[in-house]
Amino acid sequence: MTALKEAPTPESGEKRALKPRRGRLSVGAVIVYVSATVLALFWLVPLLWALSTSFKTEQAASLGQPIRWIPEDWSLDGYKVLFERGEHLTWMLNSTIVSTIVTVLTLILCVLAAYGFSRFDFPYKNVIFASIIAGLMVPGQALIIPMFDLVNALHLSNTYWGLALPQVVAPVMVFILKRFFDGIPRDYEEAAKIDGAGHFRILWSIIIPLAGPIMAAVGIFTFIGSWNNFLWPLIAATDPSMMTLPVGLGTVAGGYGLFYAQTMASAVLGALPLLIVFLIFQKRIVEGVAGVGLK
Amino acid sequence: MTVKTETPDEASAATARQEALAPQKKPRSLAGLWFVLPFFAAYVLFLVWPTILGLYYSFTDKSLTGRPVSWIGLDNWAEAFGDQRAWDALWNTAVFTLYSTPPLVIIAIILALLVNRARKMGWFLRMAFFAPFVLPVSVVTMIWMWMYQPDGGLVNHYLQLLGIQSPEAATLWLQDENTAMMAVVMTTVWWTVGFNFLLYLAAIQSIQPEVYEAAAIDGANWWQQLWGITLPLLKKTTGLVIVLQLIASLRIFDQMYLMTAGGPNRATEVAIHYIYIAGFEGFRIGYASALSYVLFVLILIVSIVQFRIFSREED
Repeated sequence: MTALKEAPTPESGEKRALKPRRGRLSVGAVIVYVSATVLALFWLVPLLWALSTSFKTEQAASLGQPIRWIPEDWSLDGYKVLFERGEHLTWMLNSTIVSTIVTVLTLILCVLAAYGFSRFDFPYKNVIFASIIAGLMVPGQALIIPMFDLVNALHLSNTYWGLALPQVVAPVMVFILKRFFDGIPRDYEEAAKIDGAGHFRILWSIIIPLAGPIMAAVGIFTFIGSWNNFLWPLIAATDPSMMTLPVGLGTVAGGYGLFYAQTMASAVLGALPLLIVFLIFQKRIVEGVAGVGLK
Repeated sequence: MTVKTETPDEASAATARQEALAPQKKPRSLAGLWFVLPFFAAYVLFLVWPTILGLYYSFTDKSLTGRPVSWIGLDNWAEAFGDQRAWDALWNTAVFTLYSTPPLVIIAIILALLVNRARKMGWFLRMAFFAPFVLPVSVVTMIWMWMYQPDGGLVNHYLQLLGIQSPEAATLWLQDENTAMMAVVMTTVWWTVGFNFLLYLAAIQSIQPEVYEAAAIDGANWWQQLWGITLPLLKKTTGLVIVLQLIASLRIFDQMYLMTAGGPNRATEVAIHYIYIAGFEGFRIGYASALSYVLFVLILIVSIVQFRIFSREED
């Protein structure tokens, strides 16, 4: 950021030019930092504009009013209306419950399975493993029709379990965890076995503590994926009181029509939870994405 | 469904398979089965079973209204292959892919190259470019639909201010069938390019500095280094990005459903959307299942190609 402040002023460029080697660099650096800043601000325009509008009065936010980035009359009316309506809190609660169920169940099922595949040999192991590999290629979106039927048959439509369970099966997470477990040396386990520890004890007190970072990554990505899932909850939750945040925002709040301050306030509220998650776990998320390409 | 949801770690399948082929010495007992069983049971119930069920339905006239089901053989399939609306939906999916993939690759590379050089602002830049990716799709579409408003929306306002657009001939964006798909693509690029950007940034940062030092000694300027070193070394990442993009594009649905509802005049009606319409608005589960299976097979083909490419590279 310091470089950014210096960059646009010609004096600082001259100052740098006095130092022979860095001076040459700084011409390119100025271009890089200026264009990076401009692009980043450009990229943030939609978010900033939504934020700005959400704090305007409906009158000032309506179409045809002059574009003002800083509201003339700050107003919380957009938010107030939403809280009086209360739908957003319900949707947010639903999303939290569903995503938590999905994340916890995914972690439990995948950690157990990964441990089983990593540390044991058992009948039909390769067959089972190969069939799960095949599952990687099955697109969930193409299964919505039979999945809807299945969830209905299980009497789970418009329930948290109906929303969550179809999202729990994540073969890719089994692979990620298995690969990590494979890399953990067996020495600790051998020692624990001699001390009489069972399989669960070994998994719980040796493997899982060592796998903390990778499990956190799996958990964060599962949570974000589930929170932002749109198609399945759109189909599985027809009752507005069971809608998740993306579905509620898309179907109900999308109909707020010309009340733009209100619409943008709901967009800002809808953006907040995951933006906070992102800011807290930024490093892990960035590393997690990077890991996809760097194998 | 969206361009993003599936955490695209499919490439890891390749490594996983190698490992499965070369099992190490492990105790052979049933204990392992018990660990695997809960996942496998959920897998069979929520993945294998719907896959079989969908295939079965595609041969029936099953309806959402719940009337008795009867076997109608290949009727649905024959109808699907002769359904102009289905072909149009596939075509729109292809158009979306063709429009969205190049910017999602090129802009990602440019952003990554910039951020790689602007290290002091790294944190801020990464946040700015990647933050949209974590937003729910409806938040993204709400904001963009409003920015696209023809009369007084932010996009047209600035285009007119810059003299690119005349106020009399304001672009209708989402309401014009010539621009609707482009508008959805621009929104998608803004929303999802951050993911590819991070992939490229990681790839660029993993290039050994010695390579550049050697090139610099040979007198290569930054332009020559870019084309001679950086871009060739990003080939593998580009392959990964393109394949992931292809698979994600075949599953596209959310943005169109929310922004244009497939319109105007079905110009943005994509494959999943038509399946959704056939199943949940037309109540024809059997027919929608046949349509799903056509898409399923297409995605499967792309995935198998991907699987082959990347497992070969791992060898």
